[in-house]
Amino acid sequence: MAEGRVDWAASMVEELRKNFLKGKTRSYEWRVGQMRRLLQMIEEKESEIMQALSHDLCKPQIESFIQEISMAKESCKLVIKELKRWMKPEKAKTGLTTFPSSAEIVSEPVGVVLVISAWNYPFVLSLDPVIGAISAGNAVVLKPSEVSPATSSLFAKILPDYVDTSVVRVVEGSVGETTALLEQQWDKIHYTGNSKVARIVMAAAAKHLTPVVLELGGKSPVIVDSNVNLEVAAKRITVGKWGSNNGQACIAPDYIITPKSFAPKLVDALKSTLEEFYGKDPSESKDLSRIVNSNHFKRLTNLLDDEKVSDKIVYGGQRDEKRLYIAPTILLDAPEDSLIMKEEIFGPLMCIVTVDKVEDSFDVINSKPKPLAAYLFTKDKKLEKMFVSSVSSGGMLINDTTLHFANYTLPFGGVGESGIGSYHGKFSFDAFSHKKGVLYRTFGGEASARYPPFTPRKQRVLRALLTGDFIGLFLNLIGWSKA
Amino acid sequence: MEQHYSERSVGELRKTFESRKTRGVEWRKSQLRALQRFLMEREDDIFQALKQDLGKPRVEAYRDEVGPLTNSLNLSLKCLDKWMASKKINMPMIAMPTTAELVPEPLGLVLIFSSWNFPFVLSLDPLIGAIAAGNTVVLKPSEASPASSAFLAKTLPKYLDGEAIKVVEGGETVSKQLLDYKWDHIFFTGSQRVGRIIMSAASKHLTPVTLELGGKCPAVFDFMSSFRDREVSVRRMVNAKYGLSGGQACIAVDYLLIEEKHASQMIDLVKSKIKSYYGDKPSETDSISRIVNRHHFDRLKRLLNDPAVQASIIHGGSLDEDRLYIEPTLILNPPLDSEVMNEEIFGPLLPIITLKKIEESINFINSRPKPLAIYVFTKDEILKKRMVDETSSGSVTFNDASIHFLLDTLPFGGVGESGFGSYHGKFSFDRFSHMKPVLKRNLLIELSFGYPPWNSNKLKFLRSAFHFDYFRLLLLLLGFTTDKDNKDQVQKLKST
Repeated sequence: MAEGRVDWAASMVEELRKNFLKGKTRSYEWRVGQMRRLLQMIEEKESEIMQALSHDLCKPQIESFIQEISMAKESCKLVIKELKRWMKPEKAKTGLTTFPSSAEIVSEPVGVVLVISAWNYPFVLSLDPVIGAISAGNAVVLKPSEVSPATSSLFAKILPDYVDTSVVRVVEGSVGETTALLEQQWDKIHYTGNSKVARIVMAAAAKHLTPVVLELGGKSPVIVDSNVNLEVAAKRITVGKWGSNNGQACIAPDYIITPKSFAPKLVDALKSTLEEFYGKDPSESKDLSRIVNSNHFKRLTNLLDDEKVSDKIVYGGQRDEKRLYIAPTILLDAPEDSLIMKEEIFGPLMCIVTVDKVEDSFDVINSKPKPLAAYLFTKDKKLEKMFVSSVSSGGMLINDTTLHFANYTLPFGGVGESGIGSYHGKFSFDAFSHKKGVLYRTFGGEASARYPPFTPRKQRVLRALLTGDFIGLFLNLIGWSKA
Repeated sequence: MEQHYSERSVGELRKTFESRKTRGVEWRKSQLRALQRFLMEREDDIFQALKQDLGKPRVEAYRDEVGPLTNSLNLSLKCLDKWMASKKINMPMIAMPTTAELVPEPLGLVLIFSSWNFPFVLSLDPLIGAIAAGNTVVLKPSEASPASSAFLAKTLPKYLDGEAIKVVEGGETVSKQLLDYKWDHIFFTGSQRVGRIIMSAASKHLTPVTLELGGKCPAVFDFMSSFRDREVSVRRMVNAKYGLSGGQACIAVDYLLIEEKHASQMIDLVKSKIKSYYGDKPSETDSISRIVNRHHFDRLKRLLNDPAVQASIIHGGSLDEDRLYIEPTLILNPPLDSEVMNEEIFGPLLPIITLKKIEESINFINSRPKPLAIYVFTKDEILKKRMVDETSSGSVTFNDASIHFLLDTLPFGGVGESGFGSYHGKFSFDRFSHMKPVLKRNLLIELSFGYPPWNSNKLKFLRSAFHFDYFRLLLLLLGFTTDKDNKDQVQKLKST
């Protein structure tokens, strides 16, 4: 059975490669045409998409709209608007060494690419890399996550009606199918998910020397200084955490660091914001996504049931296994060696770590692997500067959370444990392109010094030529030498 | 006995990085200046080491190693402030009031594996990039060029900050030990086989890698009517074959594609050029490098010893085992399934393949793994355009060969089997940096539309915001709704 799958995967990739080599994906017209079709698909199928997301995650419509549908649409529109400019070869300067010549950097498609996406934003995390791959002129196979089955099968059903199926495919399935896909030779693999599977993806890619983009997660911290407008800060943290798929987002705040004296006020502000957003009994709210499945539900309740944190819960903690519901929960001062402070939470639990001085926060963050995002709320410009220079993370946002994801003018991606490579907008186009240096020479400008037989004089000429020493060059050419 | 690379040294380099010393622009510049001094003061020692490892002629040693490094250092020192400055990014209206910038930051501790064929430029050019970007570095030169490796290990510490930059000597055992540690980037120059091992080891720690590999770089020879153009082309091509470390270069010409009907004329020209470069007795010239070691000599000998290949030799072919010398050799139309046409040659053998039409070269190239470089000698603008559009390779150079390596305004690197990730000039700085986006907002303007509990008005607001429909946005803010909104809403409710 497994072997049959491999054969099937191999023949699919072979077919896509053959079609890619025919060259049609390279043209501007084809790429923009596909973008228009994708845009049309999103517009015509909006309600089906919302329904699938609701089925997979009980995602509130407005979250689906802002964080998935609009994002994907904006991404298509940006490509349609900018692609001509992106595709244009970039002129490069040439110097004396290669005079006379001209040079340019040409963006060419890498070939046949694989996109493996995640279940938490199953629509945009699938479509956005596909948009990038197509905009760069590649053939692409999308493997949506089996953990969000409704969205996965929606893709399999609708995508073929809109895009060119000779070079764009959707493969549904789980570990077996993914393994079969990973055995094939790809020209790029774009993976969104966790760092455990990422290691498997990268090791598989190594066999074929395939470059990878790994979009992972990590524990994204929020530092809250005591001088902030607490109401605004609490709102922005709350919507970034619980309003982002109920914390099941790679850029959702994972834990908060704040000065000890300020912590009680912050806890109160978060509590009242949560009540304002989700009511006295959040289990009744329609505005919270639920936990994706029982595996993740168990993982999260395990974090809560850790003995080390049993007396640390200051808000929430209620759960309902049948409805896969866990209440928005706040833990104060969970010890550093507790499970919840070591693993990425990826759910509606929020830890608050207290420090003596706000500057001590940097050490807390730097003692852990580099996160995908780091957030700071402050009015202090000096602290802001220190934060930027002393914390390393995929991206940084000051006085808000998660918003940087929505900005297509910024590269989105991790560093260290939070991933390799970046995408979004032009950066997606670049991620799926090879930047080919092209040098045009003429037959003039021959420097015989380049060629054997070699003499000491040739060496002097070369020295002048390579280092742009015009006077030395001139002296040598007329037979003098400075040396 | 190979020296053991201790955990303590890696720990020391990490600590140095954490001390933030390598981040300062002054530290970076001081190290780059120290490298300048190293090149200036030790040039003769460098030439000596290269002579010992590869019999590399002094002019080649300067042209391909010391010269490009001098340039690279000058450029880095000149541009470092500019490269390090954060870059403002324009934000769309919807995100107002917001500012954004890209801040380049060092990755941390990086490992550089270099190669034996250009043991100085391939060690120090990545090192320049890593230092410019503010990283701490371990450099592991190739054990196949032992004189250069030993010289670097002994001499570099006299110039560079030993707490931040270390040179480690050794072979496979040491490399394996190094690969067990967690690095923030691994930069490797070498073969595909080892490239796979490197990447697979890197995957354990999710370490990003740059793989600078090779491949069979073709030179395509279109027929040119002017004798001078033909002569210049051949001059450049022959030099890019035998004149780059004796063909032991990842960007050396590997094989030649030529139209059948012009073949004999061009071959005569190639032969006469070899003669003018290396004389009647090329074994006596000191203008060509020798083969690096016995292992590679035997490998090249094996390529030549294939009977079908033997029968195709039209020039050269003599070997001197004691001196590891192989004569510049031309092989006309060896079988396409022979080893010499399937392995990267990396030596002074040049297969010449004849085609009916020069345009067939496109298919010929596309049916093989993507090479690091393609060289095309032609005046035909249509062929030029087709080559750029229809083939894929690390780079393309028209009417010359190998010289693109010297241009720091072009990214240097492969694609497909020839590797990934590029460097040189600013691209080196970028390679060893993380471009961190930093977005800043203030805490003043706040609209309730961005927050739960969600209702249909908020959805409408956001729909307008995302469509950059500022007029409707204003209406909604003022409490108006339009017919279109209501229709939309009804439709949405019906469908869900």
